[in-house]
Amino acid sequence: MAKAKPAENEYEDIPGTFVFNAERSREGYGINMFCMSLMKDENRKAFKADEAGYLKKFTLTPDQTDAILKRDYNRMLELGGNIYFTAKLGATDGHSFRHLAAVMTGSTQEDYAAMMLAGGRSVEGNRSKSGNDAPAKKAAAKKAAPKTSAKPGSKAKSKSSAKKRK
Amino acid sequence: MAKIIAGLASSHVPAIGAAIDNKQTEDPYWKRVFSGFEKTKEWMAKVNPDVVIGIYNDHASAFSVEIIPTFALGCAAEFPPADEGWGPRPVPIVKGHPKLASHIATSAILDGFDLTIVNKMEVDHGLTVPLNLAFGSPTEWPCPVIPLAVNVVQYPPPTGKRCFDLGRAIRKAVASYPEDLRVVVFGTGGMSHQISGPRAGLINSKFDKSFLDRLTKDPKGLAAMPHLEYMREAGAEGIELVMWHVMRGALDDHVREVYRFYTVPASNTAVGNIILENVGKTGKKPAAKKKAKTANKTAKKGLRKAA
Ligand SMILES: [Fe+2]
Repeated sequence: MAKAKPAENEYEDIPGTFVFNAERSREGYGINMFCMSLMKDENRKAFKADEAGYLKKFTLTPDQTDAILKRDYNRMLELGGNIYFTAKLGATDGHSFRHLAAVMTGSTQEDYAAMMLAGGRSVEGNRSKSGNDAPAKKAAAKKAAPKTSAKPGSKAKSKSSAKKRK
Repeated sequence: MAKIIAGLASSHVPAIGAAIDNKQTEDPYWKRVFSGFEKTKEWMAKVNPDVVIGIYNDHASAFSVEIIPTFALGCAAEFPPADEGWGPRPVPIVKGHPKLASHIATSAILDGFDLTIVNKMEVDHGLTVPLNLAFGSPTEWPCPVIPLAVNVVQYPPPTGKRCFDLGRAIRKAVASYPEDLRVVVFGTGGMSHQISGPRAGLINSKFDKSFLDRLTKDPKGLAAMPHLEYMREAGAEGIELVMWHVMRGALDDHVREVYRFYTVPASNTAVGNIILENVGKTGKKPAAKKKAKTANKTAKKGLRKAA
């Protein structure tokens, strides 16, 4: 097998994405356990009554506390929060996943909803921070090829991109 | 003997559950999604399985960051719906099949899969939304459901190959269960979506369609796809698609695609649904049982030949 093993954090090259790995999980343990506590109605009430006071019950860095109080969802993810957990904070504020997604992308709710209805955010140009958008080129080339070649085409794609990334 | 007769894969978008619970299924936005599952419900009613094995992931409902089992098999008699921050979904309690579940656990563990056995677990939208999509909204689910929760929240999830092989182990376990049961396996989650960070909203229909094609025709090749490719191409949360390989691994090599549905979007997510039958089965229950036995043998022979 010629396939190169990807570096452990190769996914850090994906733009606009914080992959929730073991390191982030360790760092963000307090954020996520705080969010988990919001599964209980009495805790939601206690938090809403005194947010900063409630947060003192958890092991959080000043940055993490600040991100939570400011509802800076991207910063929470960066500091080890996970979306399925931070969504519970969103729910406590009465917000859905889609609402939070719009907030994290910096769009208005209307613009985000319109983008989704129009088919969502394209992957083209959104694969790689380092400009290694090789699969995009391959995929574009694939477009011209007959449909039956989709299978071998995508295989070749992953091989060549693995090579390039090495 | 028990037998897996078919597999069904479906997205499990929480907003679909909310639309059902808030009676919005007739709204044009949601009708587009639900109308695609009418055929699925018809098929399900016709097939009328004795047991469903539901492969899904927990979304910080039953498992927080305190315990993160890679594969957790629900062996309990009952699994209540979880409160996901909006109160528990008003859906029936999921009734398990403790005997078959324990049999699967024993068989799979001895086969090399160190499953976590769970005797108390609440189940979230990951399991209950696909049950709605397949069965509608009855007062009781029509058959027992064995939940298998897969970690796709903290990286790394199990590999596609490991998921596929677990499907194989489940298939073997089911085939050695002495009671005559017709089993359908659900693979859930996906398709392309990202709900976190500035890249949220990513959808890749080309990827999804190729995934659906290859699931039927090139399952082993598809299961070899590295995690990075899911996350890059199908969004950070698109990695949920690895769970579909458990379902596919539980089926025969050769399957018939009986139905497919795909639409964008439901909330943040591309919705996919596919039904795959092991070749040479279904029909009415009693007849199918006899037929299924011979079909199983033939399929096994076919497998041996292939190997
Ligand atoms: Fe999910």
